[in-house]
Amino acid sequence: MTGGHMHGGGAPPPPGERASSGRLLVTLGGAGAVAGGLIVLVFAATSPAIEAHRAERLDNAIREVLRGPDRYDTLYVTGTQVSVDANPDAERVYLGRDASGRPTGFAIVSGAPGFADVIEVIFGYDPTTETLLGMKVLESKETPGLGDRIEKDTAWVGQFVGVVSPLEPVKAGRGTGKPTEVDLITGATISSRTVVRIINDALARLGPALDPNGGTPP
Amino acid sequence: MIANLAWIFLSAAVINNFTLALFLGLCPFMGVSGKVSTAVRMGGANVFVLTITSICVSALNTWVLPRAPYLRLIAFIVVIASLVQIVELAIKKLSPTLFRELGIFLPLITTNCAILGLAVFQTNRGYGFAEGLAFALGAGAGLTLALVLMASIRELTELSDVPAAARGLGLVLIIAASLSLAFMGFAGLLSAG
Amino acid sequence: MRTTTPRQDLMRGVWRENPVLVQALGLCPALAVTNTVANSLAMGLATFFVLLGSSVLISSFRRWVPGEVRISTYILVIATFVSVADMTLAAVVPDIHKALGAFIALIVVNCMILGRQEAFASKNTVARAALDAIGTGTGFLIALTMMGAFREILGAGTFLGVSLFGPGFEPWVIMILPPGGFLTLGVILLLLAAVEQRRVRRRAMKQDPTPLRRAA
Repeated sequence: MTGGHMHGGGAPPPPGERASSGRLLVTLGGAGAVAGGLIVLVFAATSPAIEAHRAERLDNAIREVLRGPDRYDTLYVTGTQVSVDANPDAERVYLGRDASGRPTGFAIVSGAPGFADVIEVIFGYDPTTETLLGMKVLESKETPGLGDRIEKDTAWVGQFVGVVSPLEPVKAGRGTGKPTEVDLITGATISSRTVVRIINDALARLGPALDPNGGTPP
Repeated sequence: MIANLAWIFLSAAVINNFTLALFLGLCPFMGVSGKVSTAVRMGGANVFVLTITSICVSALNTWVLPRAPYLRLIAFIVVIASLVQIVELAIKKLSPTLFRELGIFLPLITTNCAILGLAVFQTNRGYGFAEGLAFALGAGAGLTLALVLMASIRELTELSDVPAAARGLGLVLIIAASLSLAFMGFAGLLSAG
Repeated sequence: MRTTTPRQDLMRGVWRENPVLVQALGLCPALAVTNTVANSLAMGLATFFVLLGSSVLISSFRRWVPGEVRISTYILVIATFVSVADMTLAAVVPDIHKALGAFIALIVVNCMILGRQEAFASKNTVARAALDAIGTGTGFLIALTMMGAFREILGAGTFLGVSLFGPGFEPWVIMILPPGGFLTLGVILLLLAAVEQRRVRRRAMKQDPTPLRRAA
C-alpha cells in the first residue's frame, strides 16, 4: 500500500489540484480494463445458462402448439423458398414430425401491435388440412384482467385448436358455427382481434412457402 | 414500412408514453416542470439528445456489439456521454443562441434514464436505423408532451390554495397519476380496430 | 474527524434519509417495477448488490482516482456491477429477469447509487462506506417492497402470487398499471408529509403553548 502519494490521509482530492492527463488516462484505462475483464468472466460463467433458458422457452412453446411432436426441424424461409440451411436474415418456421418422420405441421412465430404494445404469438398450422393445431401468446403487455385474457383464458386459447384458415373473427355468441370462426373476447376486442389478424397475416405471408410434405427431409 | 414507423412513433409518444407509462425521464419531469417555457426547452434538448443517441446505438448495434454483447451497457454509457459532450462543444462554437436555449440542459440529460432507456429498448426490440429514429423522435415528443402538460398544470397549482402537506412531490405525483390515467386512453390507437 | 457513529452510518439511509421516500431518488425503478412484490424484491436486491459493490470498490480506490475523472470512473464501476447483476439474474431467475426487462440495465442511471459514491463512499473508509451502502440499499428495498405490496394486494388481490381474498374480490387493476405507480407513491408521500407536519406542530405547541401557525 504505497498509495496516497498525491493526497494525504483519506481526504478526497482537493478541487484545485490538477492531475496529469497521463494519470487520468491510466486511471480510466485501468478501471475500464478491470471492468471489461470482470464482465467477460461473468459472461462466460452465465451465458450457457442464459442460452439454455432462452432455448427452453421457445422449445416448450413449439412443442405445445405442435401438440407434442416427436421432434421438429428448424427451417428458414426466404420468399417462397424453404431451406434447412441456417440463414440469420430469413424468417424461421419449425416443422414438427411424428415418430415415423412424417411432417405434422409448422410452428410459426409472428407479432403485431396490439392494444398496449406488440403482441407476439406462436401457432401450429397443418397445411394439408389448413387447420390450426394450437396458439400460444409469447409476449404481450395487454391490460391485466381484460386484454391479458388472450394469454390466460384457456377456453379462448383452446378455440384455436382445429380452427380452419383463414380465420374469421366474430363477436362472442354471434357465430354461425362455421369452422373458420373465432369468438372475440368481450372487453378485449382489440387484443383478441389482433391475435386473429397476426395469424391470418402470417399465413398469407408464409402460406405459399409451406409445403404440406415439409419440403426435402433433411 | 411507413405504418410500422408510424406505430413506433405514436407508441413511444402517446400509447406507451416514455414518462407516463414507462417512467423514463422522471428527474426532469419532477424537477424542471415548474414553468412551461423551461419545459419546452428541456423537451427540445431531449429530442436532440435522443436522436443522437439513437444514431449512435444503431451504429454500435450494427458494427460493434454483435461481437461483444456483454459490453453493451458500458459501450452505451461511454459513447452517449462522450458524443453529447462533443456535440455540446460544437453547438457552443457554431450557434451560441441555440446553446443558450438548450445548452444548460445537455449535461443534465446525458445521465437521464430516458437516454439509456431508449438505447436499451431500441436494442431489445431489434430496431434498425429508421425504426430507431422514429422511436427516438416519438420518445422525445412524448417526453416534451408530458413535461409541458405537467408544467401547465403546475403553473395553475401555484395560484391555488393547496394544503401545506401536499405541496411538493406528493402533489406532482398525484397529477402525474391523473395524466398517466388519461394517456391510457390512447391504447388501441392504430391497432386492428 | 469522524462526525457520525457506525450505527448512524448504517441506520441513516434506512428510514430517516430513505432514498425513495425522503430524498426522492431512484424514482424510475421505484415506479416502474413495483407492480408485484416479487419484482420489487428482485429490483431492490439487485440495486442493493450494485450499491454495496460499487461503494466498497470506490471507497477502496478513493485515493488513486483523480478528481477530474471521478464521475466517469464511478459510472464505469456501477455499469460493471449492473452488467454482472443483469447476467446473473438472467441465468438464475429468467422469469423475473424477463419481467424486469430493460429496467435492470437502468440501475446504472439510478441517481441514488451515483449520489452515494459522490457524497459518501469517495470520502470515507471501506467499512463506513459499506455500512452506508447497506443502510441505503435496505431503505431502497423497504420502500420498493412497501409499494409492491400495496400495489399487488390492491391491484391483483395477491401477495407474492398467493391469492388473499378469494374469488369474490374485484381487483383494482389500475394499481398494477402505470397510473397506480404514481398514485401509490404520491399517496405514501402525502401521508408521510402529513405525519411530519403534525409532529412539527405538536413539538412547537410543547415549546410554546400559544398556538403557532407553522407551514411545513
